[in-house]
Amino acid sequence: MMKVTNIHKTFNPGTINEKVALNGVDLTLEEGEFVTVIGGNGAGKSTLLNAVAGVWPVDEGTIEIDGVDVTGLCEYKRAAYLGRVFQDPMTGTAADMEIEENLALAARRGKSRGLKWGITKEEKERYYHLLKELDLGLEDRMTAKVGLLSGGQRQALTLLMATMQKPKLLLLDEHTAALDPKTAATVLDATEKVIKENNLTTMMVTHNMRDAIVHGNRLIMMNEGKIILNISGEEKKNLTIEDLLHKFEEVSGTEFTNDQAILS
Amino acid sequence: MSFVSLINALPGDVAQGVIWGIMAIGVFLTFRILDFADLTVDGSLATGGAIAVVLILKGVPAPIALLAAFGTGVLAGLVTGLLHTLLGIPGILAGILTQIALYSVNLNILGGSNLAVNVNQYPLLVSLRYLPKTIIISVIFVAVIIGIMYWYFGTEQGSAIRAVGNNPAMSRAQGININLMKVIALALSNGFVALSGGLIAQYQGFADINMGRGAIVIGLAAVIIGEVIGHAIVGKRMNFVLRLTFVVIGAIIYYIVIGVVLWLKMPTNDLKLFTAIIVAIFLAVPYLKGQSQNSFRKAGKRGGSAR
Repeated sequence: MMKVTNIHKTFNPGTINEKVALNGVDLTLEEGEFVTVIGGNGAGKSTLLNAVAGVWPVDEGTIEIDGVDVTGLCEYKRAAYLGRVFQDPMTGTAADMEIEENLALAARRGKSRGLKWGITKEEKERYYHLLKELDLGLEDRMTAKVGLLSGGQRQALTLLMATMQKPKLLLLDEHTAALDPKTAATVLDATEKVIKENNLTTMMVTHNMRDAIVHGNRLIMMNEGKIILNISGEEKKNLTIEDLLHKFEEVSGTEFTNDQAILS
Repeated sequence: MSFVSLINALPGDVAQGVIWGIMAIGVFLTFRILDFADLTVDGSLATGGAIAVVLILKGVPAPIALLAAFGTGVLAGLVTGLLHTLLGIPGILAGILTQIALYSVNLNILGGSNLAVNVNQYPLLVSLRYLPKTIIISVIFVAVIIGIMYWYFGTEQGSAIRAVGNNPAMSRAQGININLMKVIALALSNGFVALSGGLIAQYQGFADINMGRGAIVIGLAAVIIGEVIGHAIVGKRMNFVLRLTFVVIGAIIYYIVIGVVLWLKMPTNDLKLFTAIIVAIFLAVPYLKGQSQNSFRKAGKRGGSAR
């Protein structure tokens, strides 16, 4: 479903701020695979997601989604294949537009936007039921501006927007990191549910080792722009946080120095 | 300085306000919907006036001349949009470049620095000689334009433009071509501005190379005055049609205020200074209000009194 071959990305090349962010990443995801991505700060987790999303072109390598080579497609064109939820709850929605208008924008992802009415009656009905399933009471506030919602509500809405048209690939970039623990758990539950129900191929970046172990059927760990660990199947099910820390030290030769990942 | 002369000037102020209100709707489109401070308008307003007058003098019917003015405005907006999106020039600078370029273009269109069109010799749509008719026709123009705006910004494409103005990152993630949307919005906005320029030229009976100077500030004044008044009158029941209506009302109020200022015998040379001060105050007040509710000095005082 997704195939990334030998991608490289260096930021600010030739300057004092030069940073090799991706250094030869290969990754293939089969349909329905749900991979969690962990690693220290600056390991290249979010950079990998952004490379797939097409936020900027990669320096080298190819990216295929659903058999289509998207390496040369810019971000808005690639959006047709992707559903994305970001770390910052403000990023995924348009604050000054209504809840239903945001959903209508997402419903037209990858389609041409012409002079037809931006939202139809049937759509509103459909959105009502979709929002009701979220169980956050948003179905009764469909004409409220999204800016009035809490961070958790906005993330849940962004998740719905990302998945209402089944994407070929769902990209979750630490999408619960900015939420309080309880809200984060709610949003993660909703995420798990929607992925299972639709059998979505998913990449989820997280700082939280426990989340990375509990969720998904595959786990990759990154360090210095490379995938240094790739665990799936039974092995992943029996994984503990201690195992991960050991493996990290083993493979990278350094200690995993990220308090957030260890403590949570 | 009799009160009667102030009242007598009122219909003229209203007529000018309504016509400039069309221009203000264009400014609203870029400034509020697209979140883009577009300085092209100072140039495109005069372009619209120049094209309209030149064509009317050639015997073209006024409505068609206005349509042509709209078209040239669209082209001007297109240039700014392409300078910004294709060549990566920052928005404000892209607008200034087009505006400066239009100064030469406008001189060429006019064949000089101004050009008169006499309402007695040519069938003009609006004129300061016939104020009731002028007001009625201008209001019809405004109503049609508000109707078009309401329809367009309810469509898929218009919604996409609103999303771009609101959150570009989200728009890209939802597959919206934000550069295309910016260019479309700038073109449409300058089309309305140039149309307004065509009406202004007919109203005053001439097109002038400097007729657009400071237009952006007048447009902003109308937008902001309209918002303050609209907020005070309808509050939370504000909708898109009302917002646009209040922009036009803002322009009318602006011209009434200018009428009062002139009546007070303030030197006309100081008008632009006066306008700039008004706009600066209206732009600053919401910011200062927020600051006063959220200030370190007050927090310090509160902390002191609690001890």
